[in-house]
Amino acid sequence: MIGKCAITLAIAALAVAMLSTTALAERGRDGQLKILYWQAVSTVNPYLSGGTKDIEAASLVLEPLARYDETGTMTPALAADIPTVENGGVAADLMSITWPLRQDIVWSDGTPFTAADVVFSAEYCLNEEMGCNPLSSFTDVTKVEALDDHTVRINFGVAKPFPYGPFVGSTSPILQKAQFETCTGAKAQTCTEQNFRPIGTGPFKVDEFRANDVIIFSANENYREPDKPAFATVTFKGGGDATSAARAVLSTGEFDYAWNLQIEPEVLEQMVANGKGQVVAGFGTMVERLVVNQTNNSPDLSKDKRSLHLDGTNPHPFLSDPAVSRALSLAIDRQILVDFGYGAAGQATCNVLPAPPVYASNANDACMTQNIEEANRILDEAGWLPGDDGVRERDGVRLSILYQTSTNSVRQGTQALIKQMWGQIGVETELRNIDAAVFFGGDPASPDTYMKFYADIQMYTNNFDGVDPEAYMANWRCSEIPGPENQWLGGNIARACNAEYDALAAEMAVTASLDERAAIGKRMNDIIVQNQYVIPLIWRARVSAHANTLKGVRVNPWDSELWNIADWHR
Amino acid sequence: MTHYIIRRLLFAVPTLIAISFILFALLDLAPNDPTGQLPLTIPAEAREQIRESLGLGEAFHIRYAKWMEQFFVNEPLNLIERAFGVEIGASEERLRVRSWATRSPVVDLIIERLPQTLWVVGLSYLIGILIAIPIGIVSAYRQYSWFDQLGTFVSMIGFSVPTFFTGLLAIIVFSVTLQWLPSIYDTTHRVTDLSSFWVQIKQMAMPVMVLALFNAAQISRFMRAAVLDNLTQDYVRTARAKGLRERIVLFIHVLRNSLIPVVTLIALGIPTVFGGAIITEKIFRVNGIGELLITAIQGADIPLVQTLSFLFAVLIVIFNLIADVLYGILDPRIRYG
Repeated sequence: MIGKCAITLAIAALAVAMLSTTALAERGRDGQLKILYWQAVSTVNPYLSGGTKDIEAASLVLEPLARYDETGTMTPALAADIPTVENGGVAADLMSITWPLRQDIVWSDGTPFTAADVVFSAEYCLNEEMGCNPLSSFTDVTKVEALDDHTVRINFGVAKPFPYGPFVGSTSPILQKAQFETCTGAKAQTCTEQNFRPIGTGPFKVDEFRANDVIIFSANENYREPDKPAFATVTFKGGGDATSAARAVLSTGEFDYAWNLQIEPEVLEQMVANGKGQVVAGFGTMVERLVVNQTNNSPDLSKDKRSLHLDGTNPHPFLSDPAVSRALSLAIDRQILVDFGYGAAGQATCNVLPAPPVYASNANDACMTQNIEEANRILDEAGWLPGDDGVRERDGVRLSILYQTSTNSVRQGTQALIKQMWGQIGVETELRNIDAAVFFGGDPASPDTYMKFYADIQMYTNNFDGVDPEAYMANWRCSEIPGPENQWLGGNIARACNAEYDALAAEMAVTASLDERAAIGKRMNDIIVQNQYVIPLIWRARVSAHANTLKGVRVNPWDSELWNIADWHR
Repeated sequence: MTHYIIRRLLFAVPTLIAISFILFALLDLAPNDPTGQLPLTIPAEAREQIRESLGLGEAFHIRYAKWMEQFFVNEPLNLIERAFGVEIGASEERLRVRSWATRSPVVDLIIERLPQTLWVVGLSYLIGILIAIPIGIVSAYRQYSWFDQLGTFVSMIGFSVPTFFTGLLAIIVFSVTLQWLPSIYDTTHRVTDLSSFWVQIKQMAMPVMVLALFNAAQISRFMRAAVLDNLTQDYVRTARAKGLRERIVLFIHVLRNSLIPVVTLIALGIPTVFGGAIITEKIFRVNGIGELLITAIQGADIPLVQTLSFLFAVLIVIFNLIADVLYGILDPRIRYG
């Protein structure tokens, strides 16, 4: 009798266990997920906003053809496969790429996803009147055509050794043609309903959108994997500041995930000590750097000379001397800057191109250790000798630097530390900070933008999207030097002109092999760093925090942080 | 009186037009750029196209005229259509004031945010008044008593300690340590039954109290001063000499007269209720009008800043008029000529 009972119990237990495993595999089984972005989302259409917050929110709904995983490897999303030269997807002359599309995809409204949607998305962005934010992903695209319902060919005007610009990564996803058809050109601005509630193929769909406040997503019942996503709804709240966002996940446990926590390391550590969550960091291509002005920016110069390259006839009085800028770099203790302002969110670096790993040069590692004596020796040797007030000078030129950056507490702390370090080698530093909206704003009439660069040295972070540095490195070509002829819109902020560099940039543009591209990229990085056009300081990570109960987070510096949200679960 | 109101209203028109021009010009001159917040990965050519698409390529006077038309003609028409469900002309084609950050009509954003601002900031104003008036009366009536000293102390704290400090303190105590109240306001929460009402009370408790302390501090000082002023007046002595009870002297004679300046002050403060509380809204993520304004300023979302600050100007002009009219109602000696 007892035995029978035990067997029945065992069967019952087994049945319960089976039930719970089937329940586990159900869509929406884990209920609500709460995400906190301290910059609130303004729109769910990434074509109308380059803001990371908007792109990442949209990545829950809209998907590209392929995305990058956390190692920077391209993985198909809406595409069936990644086209390469080997599999014939990329034309031998590198003038086109042919994407095969998955055939089992339906939009969240139930209609099938086809090549027409891809073609439409390209036309949508290439329309000049719409102000397309990810326009640079479409550089050199001449025509996007549907070969059949599930094959798309993207044609380029020049040979593209890296043809994975359009529709790879969360910045340029596919929009539904049926929904956005009437929203092209200047009308893109007025399609509020479409921009706030795009129909997508991703794991979630937008239920409610309150601009600059909150988005409520719910699981897309037509998502291609029947057991995903594990969460039935996502509350995507915005606003506040980074510190309180970290607190909401790590101290009070009100939220499951908080994004971009650029806060003092010791504050973050205290919060982690509560044991409610953990901090995750992903290192991409972000580098906090000092840009060294190669041109004379003296306020005594007239507007048509100040900080202008003028074909090399307007060199900086002392920063164009490589001895000075080398000494400046050597005098900096990068580890102290990391410990002070970044913690787990940064590493000392001597490269402007620190990643992907194949591109990372190790030729400049000497700068990792501070060497005041060597810096002093270099300056002595070059004839820069301390004057009466301890500031070095030569031929009446004093080593007095105006050092500017955007207003931000970590940056001002870094400025103060570097000023002190440079003081030790007899360099005088004047600090200045400018509101970010002005400093990074492109107003050609403002003297305070980073493009105008009316200072000797300025500090900020830059990076590039995706894994290919070609376009990013092309910024340091001579032709990219900002000036009135291009409305100060060039990317060569240091105003450096180096013939060898230009030749390498041209070579990279026609080289397809990854190994060769990596070798060129490293060489370009070394030219920039060894000539001290740029003094790299810190390789910065994306830092986020998630609750211990949230599983499946794989922080990704190459694409949207929420790239694998379909796999997240409790 | 009607004559007076009409004259004041007519006079407000040129004032507001001047304000709108100054606001527009000031914001236009400010060295700010809507693409300044975008990541540096977006190249210059794309930024130029974005600026063009926002209409920044046009001349100042054309943009000003367009904004005037949108604000004074198109948006009121839209509001009428929305309120009465009618269609006047080609409403689809009408140009609207659009935010640069969200590309959605500014008026819709404001309407979306008004409820939480009115709930939180409005309620805190109301609670502040309800606390302040009794405290002011008792403090004045029992001047230099322990209650008065305590009231003075509390209002000094409310006055001098900024809300970003009291707010943070409240979060650390009630959210982090005690875990009683949420530190983040849920704007999508809907009150449907008793338990959801309780949730709403809990999430409003901290921001409302922090703001109420600040408001109460201000108003209670005014109330105290006004009651003190009146207590020494001849009519109070007369009332007491007549043998009226203290209760009647204080609550009928003194209170009514003391309320005149306070009511004016309260009326003048109402526009700030609509303006939201920038810091408190930011701390508790109430995301009301104040938060909308500060995000717009930071993001150089000029149309939104223009419209919001102009609406505040309108409210201030209107409530100034209301305060003046109230003054006359409360004090019949005042005549408008």
